[in-house]
Amino acid sequence: MRPGTGLGLGLATLYMSAIVLVPLGAVVWRSRGDGWSGFWHDVTTPEASSTLRLTVGVSLAVAVINAGFGTLIAWVLVRDRFAGKRFVDALIDLPFALPTIVAGLVLLALYGPESPLGVDLAYTRPGVVVALLFVTLPFVVRTVQPVLIELDREMEEAAASLGATRATIFRRIILPNLMPAIAAGTALSFARAISEYGATVLISGNLPFKTQVASVHIFSQIENDNTTGAAAVSTVLLLVSLVVLLSLDLVQRWAVRRD
Amino acid sequence: MAIEVRNITKRFGDFLALDDVSVDIAAGSLTALLGPSGGGKSTLLRVIAGLESPDSGVVEISGTDATRLPPQRRNVGFVFQHYAAFKHMSVYKNVAFGLEIRKKPKAEIRRRVDELLELVHLEPFAKRLPSQLSGGQRQRMALARALAVEPEVLLLDEPFGALDAQVRKELRAWLRRLHDEVHVTTVFVTHDQEEAMDVADRIVVMANGRIEQEGTPDELYEKPANDFVMSFLGPVTRLGDRLVRPHDLELLDKAEDDSTEAKVVRVVRLGFEVRVEIQVDGSDVWVQMTRYVADRLDLEPGGRIFVREAVTSA
Amino acid sequence: MTDAPSPVVRYGMRILALGYLAFLLVIPVGLVFWRTFENGIGPVIEALSSPLAKHAFTVTLQVASIAVVANTIFGVAVSLLLVRHEFRGKRILNTLIDLPLAVSPVIVGLALILVYGRLEPVGGWLSERGIDIIFAVPGMAMATIFVSLPLVVRAVVPVLEEVGIEQEQAAWTLGASPIQTFRRITLPAIRWGLAYGIVLTLARSLGEFGAIAVVSGRIRGKTQTLTLFVEERFQNFDEHAAYAAAFALAGVAVVALVAMNISRPEES
Repeated sequence: MRPGTGLGLGLATLYMSAIVLVPLGAVVWRSRGDGWSGFWHDVTTPEASSTLRLTVGVSLAVAVINAGFGTLIAWVLVRDRFAGKRFVDALIDLPFALPTIVAGLVLLALYGPESPLGVDLAYTRPGVVVALLFVTLPFVVRTVQPVLIELDREMEEAAASLGATRATIFRRIILPNLMPAIAAGTALSFARAISEYGATVLISGNLPFKTQVASVHIFSQIENDNTTGAAAVSTVLLLVSLVVLLSLDLVQRWAVRRD
Repeated sequence: MAIEVRNITKRFGDFLALDDVSVDIAAGSLTALLGPSGGGKSTLLRVIAGLESPDSGVVEISGTDATRLPPQRRNVGFVFQHYAAFKHMSVYKNVAFGLEIRKKPKAEIRRRVDELLELVHLEPFAKRLPSQLSGGQRQRMALARALAVEPEVLLLDEPFGALDAQVRKELRAWLRRLHDEVHVTTVFVTHDQEEAMDVADRIVVMANGRIEQEGTPDELYEKPANDFVMSFLGPVTRLGDRLVRPHDLELLDKAEDDSTEAKVVRVVRLGFEVRVEIQVDGSDVWVQMTRYVADRLDLEPGGRIFVREAVTSA
Repeated sequence: MTDAPSPVVRYGMRILALGYLAFLLVIPVGLVFWRTFENGIGPVIEALSSPLAKHAFTVTLQVASIAVVANTIFGVAVSLLLVRHEFRGKRILNTLIDLPLAVSPVIVGLALILVYGRLEPVGGWLSERGIDIIFAVPGMAMATIFVSLPLVVRAVVPVLEEVGIEQEQAAWTLGASPIQTFRRITLPAIRWGLAYGIVLTLARSLGEFGAIAVVSGRIRGKTQTLTLFVEERFQNFDEHAAYAAAFALAGVAVVALVAMNISRPEES
């Protein structure tokens, strides 16, 4: 090892341990505060299981919608040409830059009680879906775009010369090549959706059993000094994220081997 | 001796890059490290520069043990195959870099940089960025930069490898002339035997992490130590059980004392040079001659011919 | 495609995509801008100059600056470690750095409370010495550092990889020490990637809500950031102040977006 490697590595590890690793470990540790039976109890209370099911369900819906619309938007941004396209392209990153609470406020303005469109999604599950769609917008678009740009046009030309229609070319040539990127973006947007807090807080009204997502449930457990219960549900959420990201990693490795 | 390398061994994981290598480089000489890719020549150069540390052995530069010294303290100039230009600095600033690090007074820096830019014919480009220069110009800048701090030793790692053939030839001649003017001990790595023979005073042939032979270009060409060196430094063909140079073979229409019968397979005319592929006792041999010589022979594919080794006047 | 798509398909896709973006992003944001200035600029300025708002600005800037400085130093150091050095466990470090992106902000807050809260071993020890982490600026800074940890690293690493080590090696042979090499050669070479990473980190730090909500105790006038201010004012039916602050944050976000696009290192 070069001089400086050891010191740098040591300091980096210290920084990360103090801020990320030890605290996360503490969550998992605390979730076992009342033993396994306590843990199980904490995550299967009617409120907890309802919120977990709601969160996963809503996030799955959001992930699927993103897979579709995200790919569509990436396609239009790469293959189409129109005035202001660069502006639209820059706009995609807005959810990354905008604070989540502002996103929530902004969506409530258009889809809440004072909506000029007359569409009131406050206190409803569709409202939660819209909030999550906002914050997860960039994920699929930004993973699919570079792949689309790099896509070898000659493959499509070869297929066309062999008689394939545009629909067939899309289905059998383009889509399979986009799949890994779409899958990656979808997985990322799912992981983000189950974690989201700020954007949903205002529009959902946090009605237990109806619109309360997992992060809000955890928050209320903390406020009620039930840190063990909060830690338990948090651990479940972390596990779900872990599983999703590991599967993503596996799928990506498998896809690379196919090349 | 400007550079003394003794018993250097270097491994990268399982791969043995240098196997107990020892060599001496005389002061003021222009030496080529020649050999196939992966043979260890670049590794040896980088060990001398301090960019790699050997597992064992000693490197001495101008009599001082440099083995544990970092590159900063060895006073060696290094020129990279892909120039390693400081992309965000002008040509002037690139060349001035080493002098600025040594905190030389501004006037002195200016004088030295102007001197060097003139030497490498880059004065009009002083304010340009490296990206605005051609490959050959970038390499000349890299050379000026390395020479600016008056190194004891100048090391070049396949300096012309990234350039196209014409520029390569020009820079080769130019490096030779530069060395004649500046006289700094220079070692360069190449896999091109023509380049080594053209430019260097002495050649060190390396393969598989070991030195196969060292000597002047003539010594290596005329008296190769083994088949490898012989094949690497020039054309070879196998006659009987020995390797010979194709231009050392003579073809005759009529048998003579020491000649062997052969069959003409193919005649290839390459302008001035003619190659005759023949078969001797079932083996393929080729002979190289000028077209004047070829015209005086009766060469028909399928025809009979006689071959013998010509006696070369040493 | 080799042959151009039929105009129907092309316009159809374009309208669908742009419509989705309009109704999800553009119109909501535009509406808030509109509502904010419904009664002119005066009320907006007034709302943003209230003592509560001013304090929120101050706290937000404090916390964000700490996070940006800390993560920039960390980010550059770790990038150098990952790209220029060899050591066992590199892949683990890589994965760990991305970890914060997968953690819900509320869990971040909980995690920090469980270690640095006054009732916990570490937090208690510090509290006895007069250092309060939770419900105070240090805790908020840590939460913000947590959520923005990977951003500088992820922006600088690809640029460092692309620049390659040869310029640095050339500098060494010319006599430059590691520090001189870093200052004169490495840093200028990565400056655009670094700028991009810093802008992302700043935007993220200014906008953090969930983790800060847990860790700060939301003490008005003391640990209330601008984002917490927006929520609290909204819940207290002071929509006007909420919109004004939201507008300020959105304005910063737009500036950050522009800066991101300018500094984004081009993929060659």
